[in-house]
Amino acid sequence: MEEIRSLIQTAIPDAEVIIKDLAGDENHYSATIKSKVFKGKSKIDQHKLVYKALKGKMGNELHALAINTMEN
Amino acid sequence: MNENIKNKIDDTLKNNEVCLFMKGTPEVPQCGFSLAVSNVLKHLEVKFIGINVLDNNEIRESIKEYSDWPTIPQLYIKGEFIGGCDIVKEMFEKGDLQKKLSEKEIHFQNKK
Repeated sequence: MEEIRSLIQTAIPDAEVIIKDLAGDENHYSATIKSKVFKGKSKIDQHKLVYKALKGKMGNELHALAINTMEN
Repeated sequence: MNENIKNKIDDTLKNNEVCLFMKGTPEVPQCGFSLAVSNVLKHLEVKFIGINVLDNNEIRESIKEYSDWPTIPQLYIKGEFIGGCDIVKEMFEKGDLQKKLSEKEIHFQNKK
């Protein structure tokens, strides 16, 4: 959980990140990320920024991470 | 990604207005995220085809490169990549998916 937060905040320094362990199994998470960098970007591009921050973990180690991005 | 598989994906998207690349089938989804998107489409009574990436590892890997998107499911409407589960669900809740379907002249039932 802390790793997800730290990867996101390294790539997007102003990000406010709220991570929830959805099932309590350390496998299904949701991340809500609020940042200025999302401003004016499409949802697809916003999520791509988060995926990039996670450095290829998405779809591999991180199977079940729901992402919600918001403009700050 | 080799040309063959790229052409195959191009053809699939050209020949089917609404395509969902998913794990499992619309009848038997094999992943919660694929199930969620499939259910949104079924709820709106959108005619779509599901492409089961678990049947074809080449497509499973290539579609990620095709859209520059690392996860499955992936929804395409008339060739345009719309998003994965989180985006499709959010668009549905805000009515943006319904708007997109109208714009693209795809038949659906507008329901909450």
